Amino acid sequence: MPSAKGETMLRVEGIDVFYGDVQVLWEVSFEVREGEILVLVGANGAGKSTTIKTISSLLTPSRGRILFQGQPVHTRRPFEVIDLGIAQVPEGRRLFPEMTVEENLLMGSLSPAAKPRRAESLEWVYELFPRVLERRKQAAGTLSGGEQQMVAIGRGLMARPKLLMFDEPSLGLSPLLTEHIFELVRKVNAEGLTVLLVEQNVHHTLAMCDRAYVLENGRIALTGSGDELMSNDHVREAYLGL
Amino acid sequence: MEVFLQTLVAGVLKGGLYALIGLGMTLIMGVMGIINLAHGQMMMVAMYVTYVCFNYLGLDPYLILFISVPALFLLGVLVQRYTLNPLLKVESLLPENQVLMTVGVGMVLTEVARFIFTSNYVSVKTTYSDATFFLGGVSFSVALTIAFCFACALTGGMFWFLLKTDLGRSIRAVAQDAEAASLMGVNAERIRTLTMGLGAGLVAAAGNLLLPIYYLFPDIGGPFTRKAFVITILGGLGSTVGAILGGVTLGLAEAFGATYIGMEFEDMVGLVIFIAVLLFLPGGFKRLTKI
Ligand SMILES: Nc1ncnc2c1ncn2[C@@H]1O[C@H](COP(=O)(O)OP(=O)(O)OP(=O)(O)O)[C@@H](O)[C@H]1O
Ligand SMILES: [Mg+2]
Repeated sequence: MPSAKGETMLRVEGIDVFYGDVQVLWEVSFEVREGEILVLVGANGAGKSTTIKTISSLLTPSRGRILFQGQPVHTRRPFEVIDLGIAQVPEGRRLFPEMTVEENLLMGSLSPAAKPRRAESLEWVYELFPRVLERRKQAAGTLSGGEQQMVAIGRGLMARPKLLMFDEPSLGLSPLLTEHIFELVRKVNAEGLTVLLVEQNVHHTLAMCDRAYVLENGRIALTGSGDELMSNDHVREAYLGL
Repeated sequence: MEVFLQTLVAGVLKGGLYALIGLGMTLIMGVMGIINLAHGQMMMVAMYVTYVCFNYLGLDPYLILFISVPALFLLGVLVQRYTLNPLLKVESLLPENQVLMTVGVGMVLTEVARFIFTSNYVSVKTTYSDATFFLGGVSFSVALTIAFCFACALTGGMFWFLLKTDLGRSIRAVAQDAEAASLMGVNAERIRTLTMGLGAGLVAAAGNLLLPIYYLFPDIGGPFTRKAFVITILGGLGSTVGAILGGVTLGLAEAFGATYIGMEFEDMVGLVIFIAVLLFLPGGFKRLTKI
């Protein structure tokens, strides 16, 4: 059952994350609320992807916990996270290069919640991305970067998640295509999908989000609404170059 | 011309079985990223299973497929679960350690077989073991033809499974990007275990089908592991279509080598082709077929 808009959906509570002996996240806490677009911005190496990977349980926090609709996520194995309703569009797309576009999309809908709606979801994705429909029989590895990003997003949508996490979807795309991708994020959000968006494209994302957090050197440095952060002196100087 | 056709037929028929051996090896290679150096030894175990069922239960060798294939599937699953998966958990270990482990598994299987069955040659003689039929002046071995048909059916079934089912697609996905597959909800460890089982099951079918026209002793595993390795390299590591082409190529090469150069050169011709491919077509047939 969808809870009321604005209720906390995902709660990250004071997580410390290491790669081996190297600590990358320090006491990172934030929350994603039902129905919103939450943006996580930060410079290269700030720990954005690490945060996303930890939510997907690819990494395990050594301290703190992650709760999704009240249920612990950090104790699950990576392949069990999607069943909760959390999907991610990973950094660098991570398509299955030798499988066709359609097979990649089908891989997105393996969870018990998504499988019965497969045909319907496929139609939905093809409607959102007519370009992907044209290429459905082509090996994913032979697509252009932009087309691959569309397939990666489509694959995420195929899971019919409650929360969809995007890790730098604009990476390597033309300004026009970036615009198109962000428009799409807004569109699926308007249809009721909660979005956690990781971006370096601060201009754009702060303008379109409900709330944002700034991650600096593995710590949450600032938080506020998009407008608040846009007028914040530190953000203007460090991220917007104003 | 007659001799040529005869050799061609013999090579293709044998190639069908080799394709089955190579397909199993390739699946394991693709998903685990390792060469299974116990592949031939697993086939040897399947042949002994067939031998025992034939000799002591009096079952028809083709019926025994329903015993030997599941038995080896189980063996593959156990090997993966209890010898290879634990190695994956130790991050400091390189994939090479898994390969070494398969060498060890192969040795254990061979020595256990020697312990139980001694080093003597045994064979399974059926009424059709030596039977032939003629088609346009070319003689076909009945047993080899049946084996070839089974091999084609199994290969076709395997392709259907890999291309058309969620489980099959998950196997390919893990081979291409295990972490991304786990984000899709695929339990990569279970897929690895399943794949090792399937690979062992496929090579079991090949061994079972080969036995009525071959002979068996505990050390037969080694040469077949080498053949499987050659087929996989010929095909392009991890390529399923390539494995089939590689299998048929090796079958043909051996047949023509035996006919036109001499029986004792059968194995050498295969190895010469192998080296030629490494030198002139690195990447194997995958370079040509792209799958
Ligand atoms: N597998 C790894 N092993 C060791 N260190 C890593 C690993 N992955 C990332 N790091 C380190 O962790 C830090 C945070 O990396 P992360 O990928 O989370 O950054 P990011 O904010 O996503 O950066 P970008 O914008 O460049 O994608 C970096 O200093 C990086 O070098
Ligand atoms: Mg990143």
